[in-house]
Amino acid sequence: MTHRIPGKGLIDRTRPLRFSFDGREFEGFQGDTLASALLANGVQLVGRSFKYHRPRGVLTAGSEEPNALVEVIEGKQKTPNVRATVQELYGGLTVQSQNRWPSLRFDVMAVNDRFAPFLSAGFYYKTFMWPRAFWEKVYEPAIRRAAGLGALSGLHDEGRYEKAFAFCDVLVIGAGPTGLMAALVAGRAGADVILADEDARMGGRLLSDQPEVAGQSGPDWAADMLAELAAMPNVRLMTRTTVTGVYDGGTFGALQRVGLHLADPGDLPRECFWRIVAKRAVLATGALERPIAHPDNDRPGVMLASAVQSYVARYGVNPGRVVVFGNNDSALQAARDLTAQGVQVAGYVDPRADVSVLEEFPVYPGGQVVGTRGRLGLREVAVRHGGGVSMLTAETLALSGGWNPSLHLTCHLGGRPDWDERLAAFVPRAGMVAGMSVAGAARGRFSTAACLADGAALAAEVLADMGIAGHDMPLPAAEDRSYAIAPFWAVDAGGRAWLDFANDVTTKDVQQAAQEGFSSVEHMKRYTTQGMAPDQGKSSNVAALAVLADATGQGISATGTTTFRPPYTPVSIAAMGAGGRGMGFAPERLLTSDSQTRAMGAPMIEAGLWYRPSYFPRAGEATWREACDREVSMVRTAVGVCDVSTLGKIDVQGPDADRFLDLIYTNMMSSIKPGRTRYGLMLREDGHVMDDGTCARLGEAHFLITTTTAAAGPVMRHMDFVHQAFCGDWAVRFTSVTEQWAQFALAGPKARELVNKLLETPVDAENFPFMACGPARILGVEGRLFRISFSGEMGYEIAVPARFGAAVFERLVAEAEAMGGGAYGMEALNVLRIEKGFITHAEIHGRVTAFDIGMQGMVSAKKDCIGKSASQRPGLMGPEREQLVGLVPVDPQAELSAGAHLYNENDPATRVNNQGYVTSAGYSPTLQSWLALGFLRDGRARHGQIIRLDDGLRGRKVACKVVHPVFHDPEGGKLRG
Amino acid sequence: MRISCPCCGPRDRREFTYYGAADYLNRPALDADASAWDDYLHLRDNPAGETRDLWYHDPCGTWVAVTRDTVTHAVIAAEAVA
Ligand SMILES: [Zn+2]
Repeated sequence: MTHRIPGKGLIDRTRPLRFSFDGREFEGFQGDTLASALLANGVQLVGRSFKYHRPRGVLTAGSEEPNALVEVIEGKQKTPNVRATVQELYGGLTVQSQNRWPSLRFDVMAVNDRFAPFLSAGFYYKTFMWPRAFWEKVYEPAIRRAAGLGALSGLHDEGRYEKAFAFCDVLVIGAGPTGLMAALVAGRAGADVILADEDARMGGRLLSDQPEVAGQSGPDWAADMLAELAAMPNVRLMTRTTVTGVYDGGTFGALQRVGLHLADPGDLPRECFWRIVAKRAVLATGALERPIAHPDNDRPGVMLASAVQSYVARYGVNPGRVVVFGNNDSALQAARDLTAQGVQVAGYVDPRADVSVLEEFPVYPGGQVVGTRGRLGLREVAVRHGGGVSMLTAETLALSGGWNPSLHLTCHLGGRPDWDERLAAFVPRAGMVAGMSVAGAARGRFSTAACLADGAALAAEVLADMGIAGHDMPLPAAEDRSYAIAPFWAVDAGGRAWLDFANDVTTKDVQQAAQEGFSSVEHMKRYTTQGMAPDQGKSSNVAALAVLADATGQGISATGTTTFRPPYTPVSIAAMGAGGRGMGFAPERLLTSDSQTRAMGAPMIEAGLWYRPSYFPRAGEATWREACDREVSMVRTAVGVCDVSTLGKIDVQGPDADRFLDLIYTNMMSSIKPGRTRYGLMLREDGHVMDDGTCARLGEAHFLITTTTAAAGPVMRHMDFVHQAFCGDWAVRFTSVTEQWAQFALAGPKARELVNKLLETPVDAENFPFMACGPARILGVEGRLFRISFSGEMGYEIAVPARFGAAVFERLVAEAEAMGGGAYGMEALNVLRIEKGFITHAEIHGRVTAFDIGMQGMVSAKKDCIGKSASQRPGLMGPEREQLVGLVPVDPQAELSAGAHLYNENDPATRVNNQGYVTSAGYSPTLQSWLALGFLRDGRARHGQIIRLDDGLRGRKVACKVVHPVFHDPEGGKLRG
Repeated sequence: MRISCPCCGPRDRREFTYYGAADYLNRPALDADASAWDDYLHLRDNPAGETRDLWYHDPCGTWVAVTRDTVTHAVIAAEAVA
């Protein structure tokens, strides 16, 4: 480490760390960032610029870094655009520079820099307009290769990420002097405090400027305060945590770097995305220094003055000879502080003519930096002053164009800041975010004493507001220097002067935008791409506005600022989506029969969040159709078993349960006798069908209703609404019991024989007839039995508490197989119900009425129900409606498909000729024919007609006969038998 | 956005399901004329400012009428409909 000042800095010199950059091995110390470690090794060149591939170095010492973006390599993975100023050093850290080829020191694409006149603002729009076809194939790929900021590995990100929630009374954002004082005042008063800071170590500028506080050094005082805070049970310190966004209701997004700084993170996640809900917030984010645009101000070695101070005082980096170029008192103070630290200041250059010259270094009042030299790093600085132009030899040029309060978060809910002429900066207005107070440098109070006082005062205000008694706290003594600035944005000396380093935007680009009419700030931004890189123009936006304001002749105040939106710094999608990768995307709901079903080799299909068997393959079956046909025939000739537990089950109880169900269902439920079940239809209030299912009366004041699988949640919500909105005083309560009961359908001519093998008390056609229901002891367990069917065959459904589901399923399948039957899956279930004309949500898809499906008779004339009034309005019942029909192909083996449309035989397939559409289709082994259900205009009056099914997607045209939708056993003898 | 469920206290918006305007609470009589039903089902104001709408708190099943400001996003009141 050739460039380290002995004994200086807050790094741990007892813990050296090896790391590599572009294949070269270096050494740094615990406490270094990648940027400080590179600088300590004399590495100034760390990347190539976005568009012109110009050599670039480190500009800042914080998260606002526009230049020093690198790729961190971990095995085959790489993370692009990592800010070297944020990445902490660890042993084995492997980094490579980006946007250069073949190497950082020699980059072929640097030829772009020669063609700079052609690549100025708007070059995409102008140069590559014609010929149009060239854009996608030639221009865009070429530009994308040449311009860019790093690359992804192309592999899945297998890293661990987390998300978490936190709640507090007071969220203090930023742990510099302001934030520390605010947290102390709030913490000592007993409030629940979260203090969040994006740095690995709290203290903010106290660690970099190291002003004396209460007679101690800045870092020592901060350490004492942090020790006190850490001991308070009501205070939570969150380092490495950037508050990235402000949302309604006191909600904040924050990104915590958890394992990214560790050589071996073990089980720790890489990052954690926090949602913090705070009753109040104190914004103590400080201020960001801004550079000055002068010719060749982007050369490696050109840095912010505050960054030079950080690298010297906090990291012990020797910057070599330093020229300071500033227009404000903080810049002059930086030159003094550097001198006091033993750094050789080769000159202080200030455009202000009246600046003090009685300093320990040469001062150039009325001076400007008009150029820099040095191929891949700074060697000389050209200074223009009263006596002409001097070349100053220097390795570092420290820029200070003044300070911008870090008010970004105050603007996230749409607030606009004010322009403060005295500070030449935007400052927050009061009340931009409800419940948030802005303190210290973030509102333009720059001295250490002012920050300490403001943090304490605003925390006290917040406490008083919340009714929490605070304690008086004496303010520690600290420097209280004044801050004066003469606005100065860009040096006018020809050549290119950079504003936005990350996106390669120069003062000329902004001026050109103004000339070409893009003079509104939002237009200029998009035309030049100013502020649109990962750093979002933190160090450049205000200067760009000033250059624009100058070009248009308007003031900065009238020009206004662009909008600050979340996130404050980049947030990885992986952190926001933590836990949502692969199967984490949606929870899995598994049947109690799941493991046996899978063991039987059944492919599973998704039904909402549920997984259900598609079919149960047997030896010798080559296709799903063979299995499906066999399962259908099994049910029609012997017996089949199917897990139907996914159907929604809602237990309804209370003296008013019956009249409540009358209101919910179209048909009368209050007249069901205990021990009986009735099919029911529910409408939405707009008269369309919501769902169907069964309603079993288990007792005088006890019902169990079922919903379709998909509608279980919506129906529950609907019932809650109807109850709470219209009849909250009725004595009825209901709860979902879907997951409490495992339920199995037994269907087929041998269903009774099968069910009796499990029942302690056998049933027969008389003592348990069609649509009966009641309690039953099943294999020694208290369960329920229903005589209902969704297949058209004799059917029973047995329900047992879910914990017995797996055992009952196993026994049912074994018994059924011994009787020539077995388990059947969704494919067979679908064919069985199509054969029988039973509807599912393929038919009741939200746009059909009871009339459309032929169930208008189920809307009781004797009572009101939800949707009744609207269902009877004009247009919802009549020959103009598309009505449910069955379709049988004239050639029974001609395949039918759902989604196809229906046309009269000789009409072309155009919208105006459309007669309807197909909702379900399948091959019926029972009828040895394809069958379909669909909706046909005036369909019930058209039975017997021939209609053309036209599936444009599959190029299929099939002549079909329109029939009644119940194909199989229309009299229902099998069902009731 | 955060809504205070009368049953559970202040909760994140993501715990709620939105339904629509609080007009849905004023259900016309079965025999009300078609225009009353049309009004009830379909005709809504779209105010820039105070509005009242219905949210379902999924974890507890409470329907909540929320008075809020569409301009400032402030939640002014939240009360159970029952
Ligand atoms: Zn609730």
